[in-house]
Amino acid sequence: MKKLERARWRCRRGLLELDIVLQRFMDEYYAKLDEAELEQFETLLDLPDNDLWDMINLKETGNGNLQPVLRLLQKV
Amino acid sequence: MAIVRRKFDAVIVGAGGAGMRAALQLSEAGLKVAVLSKVFPTRSHTVAAQGGIAAALGNVTEDNWHWHMYDTVKGSDYLGDQDAIEFMCRQASEVVYELEHYGMPFDRLENGKIYQRPFGGQSQNFGGAQATRSCAAADRTGHAMLHTLYQRNVQANTQFFVEWMGLDLIRDEEGDVCGVTALDIETGEVMALQARATLFATGGGARIFSASTNAFINTGDGLAMSARAGVPLEDMEFWQFHPTGVYGVGVLISEAVRGEGGYLLNKDGERFMERYAPNAKDLASRDVVSRALTTEIKEGRGCGRDADYLLLKLDHLGADVIKTRLPGIREIAIKFAHADPIHDPIPVVPTAHYMMGGIPTNFYGQVVAPYKTGPEEVVQGFYAVGECACVSVHGGNRLGTNSLLDILVFGRAAGNRMIEDLKKNRHHKHLPADASDKALARLSRLNDQKDGESVAQVGDLLRKTMQTYCGVFRFPDMLKQGVEKIGEVAERAMRTEIKDKSRVFNTARVEALELENLVEVAVATMVSAEARTESRGAHARDDFPDRDDDKWLKHTLYFREGQRLDYKPVRLKPLTVESFPPKARTY
Repeated sequence: MKKLERARWRCRRGLLELDIVLQRFMDEYYAKLDEAELEQFETLLDLPDNDLWDMINLKETGNGNLQPVLRLLQKV
Repeated sequence: MAIVRRKFDAVIVGAGGAGMRAALQLSEAGLKVAVLSKVFPTRSHTVAAQGGIAAALGNVTEDNWHWHMYDTVKGSDYLGDQDAIEFMCRQASEVVYELEHYGMPFDRLENGKIYQRPFGGQSQNFGGAQATRSCAAADRTGHAMLHTLYQRNVQANTQFFVEWMGLDLIRDEEGDVCGVTALDIETGEVMALQARATLFATGGGARIFSASTNAFINTGDGLAMSARAGVPLEDMEFWQFHPTGVYGVGVLISEAVRGEGGYLLNKDGERFMERYAPNAKDLASRDVVSRALTTEIKEGRGCGRDADYLLLKLDHLGADVIKTRLPGIREIAIKFAHADPIHDPIPVVPTAHYMMGGIPTNFYGQVVAPYKTGPEEVVQGFYAVGECACVSVHGGNRLGTNSLLDILVFGRAAGNRMIEDLKKNRHHKHLPADASDKALARLSRLNDQKDGESVAQVGDLLRKTMQTYCGVFRFPDMLKQGVEKIGEVAERAMRTEIKDKSRVFNTARVEALELENLVEVAVATMVSAEARTESRGAHARDDFPDRDDDKWLKHTLYFREGQRLDYKPVRLKPLTVESFPPKARTY
């Protein structure tokens, strides 16, 4: 229930950079994600702010399984 | 109306560095502590602090807490309270070593001691050579601190209420604080959390400006709850603007860029900082550079279609330096400004960064207000620390790396004071029958509103109004109009309507409540700024360009009721050393 709202709230972060990128992602891609991608996104949201930001910003690869969603985050 | 009540020894609202440092003190003393947070604790805004923690350890160059105290008093433009500043600087080394023992991964020198680096505004020998005072964990000091404190709190059995939002402070008829009314975002349930001691550590509120470096969560919730409960807000006209936020989004471009040799240009390609600060140039202090940028824009030398930003040039550093020393900043510029600094300058504007004002406290973290017989009476049962509090150690302008120190020193001090007070107050005070009525009334107004305003639109209007009428430079006619305009925004915010009326995870409701909080912070700021007819620290008036110690060496107190202002003297007398008398502030 309220999956979208929950995801949107968990995009509230300590870093403004992430707030902005995650909000753009929610607006552009979230509705189009399939089940597997939704799971990847949840996993990424559980990461600490700085780790997630480095994966997005410095294009650090991290876990290969997360690549499809991570690539979208790097793009927005 | 009856709502569920839960009892704790202490309730803390906010799980950033300040809240978690205080919680740790209390939990380790065996008390039952609840900590509320809108987001998971390690996602608090403390995570954004990169610079480090100021402490005169003297690991790299000779240092002394008294020199640190001098720098802080001077940096505050003499509005800081010197007793609190002495208290903070004297305890700095101790709280840093304590954090080290908790497992904080500080960078190390070869001899194994904590690594320290220089930072703006830090001097040796009362204004002499640059001091090396900032203790850091790479550029992730805030992140490391949050994780260290969170782990330690989990071990100490601190009870976290994650995705909970404080709604209102509960005060009884004697004015004593006996807890908070809070909203569980997950279930939509409203609960009264009763406590013998209540601490606010809710952080800043720079989301009142459209150009802001603050995360979306920074909506000044604690300040608004205090103001609604009749507690004044202190020195709300003082907001620090960071000179280089990315135009249009606010993301911070660190001083490191200018440290590496980057510099600012206006539309004529002129390196204008040479005119404003011939010695320090682009590395002058934040308030000086921010004012210079604003002046350039005001006088028509800004860039772009609307002539409303300046350029930060780095390409002369060469691709290698940019790629190796500033990789994160390059990516930020590409992502948010669509400019690769290897070829193109980054468009920047002064951006709201830190709130020096807040809930008035003494250096024990106790909230103080002129509500009974004296000007600084303790509000029993109520404490505040961190950016939401005004101790005041930052006065009119905060020095970099003093904010992480502030939250450690006063987080611990408030925790200790609460432990002492709880020994005396063994029993919970009676909750007044109408404890949660006001919070419930606000919620039902929101639920029942028809033909109302959009939260997003009113929020945008609020931020634009603050940016236009109460930004880096303040003009008399603009401030007067600003008070009126923000009053109109406040009225519209009382008529917001949300489409989603459900209880479970209703984020539209949370955002509407956050907007009401932003309104309180914004009105307090505008009214306080309009009244202060001088320039001091971050408060820069076009019509009163100089500091006026005869008339204005005093703290503002804003009361929500009737938007009344009062003032109280600055505490110029330190605890043990001689006072630093006000003098001209030059760098």
